[in-house]
Amino acid sequence: MYRNKRSMELRDVEVWDGNVANSHALRQASVDVVSAYPITPSTGTVEAYASHHANGYVDGEIIMTESEHAAMSGCIGAAAAGARAATATSSQGLALMVETLYQAAGMRLPIVLCMINRALAAPLNVNGDHSDMYLANQTGWISLDACTPEESYDLVLCAFKIGEHKDVRLPVIVNQDGFLTSHKAQNVRPLKDEVAYDFVGDYQEVNSMLNFDKPVTHGVQTESDWHFEHKAKQHNTMMNAPKVIQEVFDEYAKVSGRQYNMVETHNMEDAEIVIVCMGTTYQTAQIAADQMRAEGIKAGVIMPRVFRPTQLETYAKLLKNAKAVVCMDRSAPGGQCGLLYNDVAGSLFNTSARPILTNIIYGLGGRDINVENLKGIFRQAANDVEAGKAETIQRFVGVRGPELKYYSMEG
Amino acid sequence: MAKEKDLSTRVVPELAGFNVEKSIWEMGWDELVPGAACFSFEGEIDHTVVNVQPENRAYAETNSINKYVGDWRVVKPVWKVDLCIDCQNCWLYCPDTSIISRDKEMVGIDYDHCKGCGICSEVCPTNPKSLVMFTEQTKNEDALNQWPEKQ
Repeated sequence: MYRNKRSMELRDVEVWDGNVANSHALRQASVDVVSAYPITPSTGTVEAYASHHANGYVDGEIIMTESEHAAMSGCIGAAAAGARAATATSSQGLALMVETLYQAAGMRLPIVLCMINRALAAPLNVNGDHSDMYLANQTGWISLDACTPEESYDLVLCAFKIGEHKDVRLPVIVNQDGFLTSHKAQNVRPLKDEVAYDFVGDYQEVNSMLNFDKPVTHGVQTESDWHFEHKAKQHNTMMNAPKVIQEVFDEYAKVSGRQYNMVETHNMEDAEIVIVCMGTTYQTAQIAADQMRAEGIKAGVIMPRVFRPTQLETYAKLLKNAKAVVCMDRSAPGGQCGLLYNDVAGSLFNTSARPILTNIIYGLGGRDINVENLKGIFRQAANDVEAGKAETIQRFVGVRGPELKYYSMEG
Repeated sequence: MAKEKDLSTRVVPELAGFNVEKSIWEMGWDELVPGAACFSFEGEIDHTVVNVQPENRAYAETNSINKYVGDWRVVKPVWKVDLCIDCQNCWLYCPDTSIISRDKEMVGIDYDHCKGCGICSEVCPTNPKSLVMFTEQTKNEDALNQWPEKQ
């Protein structure tokens, strides 16, 4: 509820991996309860946080639970009681947590979940893809995406302020790529403890269970009488959250000098061939886009910093002059197109823009994607523009064996 | 440094809603409390509420006392007043506070909230028992006429 009594002296530039960066953001936010269960690659977030706790830098509680389902349940109980609560997980842990993710969102508890993205089994895989991010797609959590440890640190601090805002009161996931971000130590310029805490602010209770002057029941049952109204209210709050999110990003820019946007853009002023992607791929794609300019292809890249709530209007605005848009989804699609493709297609269909819109499935289970791969994708999209069409909507990139293409554009 | 605890600054007043003017049945989605939180009392309470009998408490509309769950029951307890010794075992053990007792004397059964678990009958020490389970369809006066014998 209040700032940790003991401050940690930090250098202007620290070398932290994504997990350690998360742990310092949680420490500086003075979280009351971290309830967690370890899973690769997110274990490091809670492990580093536990060492801050053991060293006396954390006044709050750490609960080691018997499963991820219990970990999120612990966060829900703490948040309903009136505490700032957070946890971390990945992949199978997120899958086990799903039932309680819906509870947290429906109960309107502003919990923060540091998600280190990892593929979902089977086959078992500990490396990074966005299957778990996509699994949380409909849970009602705000979902932010970071490409670097520094971005994850920044977004975790922002996540508390966004989720706890009186006009939001929703839980927030901060995503980062497993291993590529979580285990790769990079420069992070942290805020001082007092600056970070003052930015996040004291936790504001809403109808907390430990307010004995006003007894309240949380987690109630509603049938056909009120369920629809509550879900409508929850959705409406989510749809209006972007206003608060942008305000928090702008306020964070004032204290950190780092400006975040609802959708990040690179070379989009005059871009004709555009890649839409998330996570570390956004960084690689920027390098590829710059190099494509030397080949005379007007390449640009966009990344949803805020994945949910979905930014349909922003996509439409950014892509209105594009000739080809390639939506790159790093998640096994399970018999459909990827979510980024579906989002972007939905954003453009009611506009006059008619770029050639394709979907690439790549990087599953941590399969590397490099600058040359991305330049190949830009070139293919440029060829599609010259041909006036793409052969298929969906194709796989980086998989061994015969080429995989689906949804013919011949109709 | 850590701040002094000041409880008044922790609560968001706009979201701490009561709307005693209006029934929840007349509310649209925009008027509901976030997260379907259900309040027990109208307004705030203090420790003196324990000295007030339930029928005199200012329960909120969303208190579960206003929710009829008697139709969850397939068997019901029937109370035979002349056998009862007011031991309060049933009152103590009832998991749904459906045994009504005043000044340590049993008054009756709250059939709006009793779910027919049978614990009251199980813990009744008299012989024959003064609380016996009958099927929901049995009228109470018929039940009293077919009371089990002393064993």
